[in-house]
Amino acid sequence: MSSRIVNVVLAGVGGQGVIKASDILADAAFRAGRDVKKAEIHGMSQRGGSVTTDVRFGDEVLSPMITPGEADFLVVLDPSEIAVTRSLLRAGGLLVPPDAIEEARLPNKKSLNVALLGILARALDLPEEAWRAAIHAALPERLHALNEAAFRLGRETALPRPNP
Amino acid sequence: MERRLLSGDEAVAAAAKDGGVHLGTGYPGTPSTEILETFSTLGGRAQWAPNEKVALEVALGAAFGGARALVTMKHVGLNVAADPLFTSAYTGVQGGLVIVSADDPGMASSQNEQDNRHYAEAAGLPMLEPSDSQEAYDLALAAFELSERWQLPVILRMTTRVCHSKSIVARRAGLPAPKAPAFVRDIKARVMIPAYARPAHRALRKKLEGLRIYNESSPLNVWREGSKALGVITSGVTARHVREAAPEASLLELKTVYPLPIDKLRAFAGSVERCVVVEEGDPILEVAIRAAGIPVEGKPAAFRFGELSVERVRRILARDPRPEPEPPKGKAPALCPACPYHPVYAALHKLDCIVAGDIGCYTLGVLPPYQGIDACVAMGASVGMGLGLRHVLPEQEARRVVSIIGDSTFVHSGLSGLVEMVYNPPPTGHVLIVLDNGTTAMTGQQEHPGTGRTLAHEPTTKVSIEGLARAVGVRSVDVVDPVADPAAFEKLLAERLAAPVLSVIVARRPCILAAPNIRRYEQAAEAKRAAGVEAGNV
Ligand SMILES: Cc1ncc(C[n+]2csc(CCOP(=O)(O)OP(=O)(O)O)c2C)c(N)n1
Ligand code: SF4
Repeated sequence: MSSRIVNVVLAGVGGQGVIKASDILADAAFRAGRDVKKAEIHGMSQRGGSVTTDVRFGDEVLSPMITPGEADFLVVLDPSEIAVTRSLLRAGGLLVPPDAIEEARLPNKKSLNVALLGILARALDLPEEAWRAAIHAALPERLHALNEAAFRLGRETALPRPNP
Repeated sequence: MERRLLSGDEAVAAAAKDGGVHLGTGYPGTPSTEILETFSTLGGRAQWAPNEKVALEVALGAAFGGARALVTMKHVGLNVAADPLFTSAYTGVQGGLVIVSADDPGMASSQNEQDNRHYAEAAGLPMLEPSDSQEAYDLALAAFELSERWQLPVILRMTTRVCHSKSIVARRAGLPAPKAPAFVRDIKARVMIPAYARPAHRALRKKLEGLRIYNESSPLNVWREGSKALGVITSGVTARHVREAAPEASLLELKTVYPLPIDKLRAFAGSVERCVVVEEGDPILEVAIRAAGIPVEGKPAAFRFGELSVERVRRILARDPRPEPEPPKGKAPALCPACPYHPVYAALHKLDCIVAGDIGCYTLGVLPPYQGIDACVAMGASVGMGLGLRHVLPEQEARRVVSIIGDSTFVHSGLSGLVEMVYNPPPTGHVLIVLDNGTTAMTGQQEHPGTGRTLAHEPTTKVSIEGLARAVGVRSVDVVDPVADPAAFEKLLAERLAAPVLSVIVARRPCILAAPNIRRYEQAAEAKRAAGVEAGNV
């Protein structure tokens, strides 16, 4: 059988770049040679509603959706979304909350999504080059330096403690 | 071979490009919208029609002319296009015609969760159903092959999870190049007067039986040999959930969901001790398989609602009777804080209007603080529903009735309601507000005939909403900016409600999210025009 699948849920509200972050993560895993599936519901997100996306990667991913209570990682961009999404995480899973990074240290407020990916990257076994290429592919060139800085900031931040 | 991470919608667009599709048409609707947008970006010829019926008719005409044509819509769009759909099964096509129906089980962004697999059987059209992006790509190409081989339109049925999930797609060489479109006269096949339609119906049934036999050995359907104790018959994304929930089970994954390969299903069911049909939505496979006398187990009624998932499939297979946990409730979407609709809803609220509403961003006016919509059913329905209320309510109530409709929705199907309004005016008159925000905001800012720009944001003839209203005979037509002067808007509305006349108020102010993009398109068009003038080709 296939090796274990890594399950990451990203959550926030419309306009925060949740989908962008999930695109970068999925692309980084793809570039690292993994099978990848990414699921999200979009369509009305520009009006500030909740947005969650599921990214799964490993040898062979079947369903695109992560079963509630089976997420290995939960990355949350908006404090209001922590309570509603927490139950998606498995016991021992890791929550990366928005305040894992000091807002004042971000190169710009909009880069929180990529900074939190930097923290997540510490726990995932994906090569630096795949991350860099994915960030470049997802964003216009004028934003590359800024987002790479945000990603590095996350990379240098300690991992939060796992879910009990 | 190029491998990329694509959504199901993007994969269909890539297939259309690789398959040499001459024309893609449709009307926006989540989750189908990105197919034509991506096809256009890839260099395909893609256009928005005013509504799904027109889109299908344009594609049908193209296919009569021998072209490969693609038409896309969300599930409820197929209701609008149903009239030509049914008879196109009789006429068949000369070229290839693939109709994408994007269903929305769970209603992530829809007013109902109808299961459009019913249409395949009702109209008698072959239907294919992919489970991920690679299959969306492969089956879109297969659908064109089938369509050209059997000279029938083919429906590609997708769902929200397949349309919007991303997975890896390997593109291939596509299809043999299409023939150049050319007209072939075939009056008996294309003109459905009763004398020609009667034999056409018989011919259709014959084709469908031929297709059924063809599907029996189609390599598209996947039979995975597993445990003899449990076999599962399934289709679409559910097949992926099943493989994860019950990796040991034998599996028949159907891609040709109509006509069904009944002999194959019988053989599969006979090869296992327990055979369960696991399908999202209505029990369509289950009923058809049982009607053929094949004993299978279905799912409990509770699983007819919403999407399936690995967890729900586990419950179905385990016959778990425990009630399901409530999914976490996130923040509901709301009108943007600076949305131009706010002053309109404030006025409707203050004047205590009875509001026949419609579908778009503005439907969010139903939420507090305004609770500003009293009915919302289908695109375009606001006009007729408002008129019906006006016809029967006591005068004091009738005078408070307003119909409210977005610009894209007005062009989609509000126009015939407007004609009804002048043809059968209620004694108290009526007020129709068109919310013209210069875009189709709800589905992600698509152009429509009223914006004067094509799908690719290039200038074209602009249809005037106020001009249409005047042309059909509405005498009281106002165009106002509700944001510039909310008090004046409220005063105008109060005056129009007080008079027993037919009135159209166009509340014109761009969507704040779309405004910067609209400015960009206008500037680009202006620059192009200026360059054209300079080059002397005016
Ligand atoms: C028959 C049908 N086709 C498509 C849709 C998807 N859809 C919902 S609202 C809408 C258009 C909204 O545009 P508009 O009327 O301009 O209002 P806005 O969102 O800009 O406020 C569309 C395409 C639908 N619900 N029904
Ligand atoms: S997207 Fe545009 S139309 Fe929709 S709520 Fe926001 S401002 Fe209003």
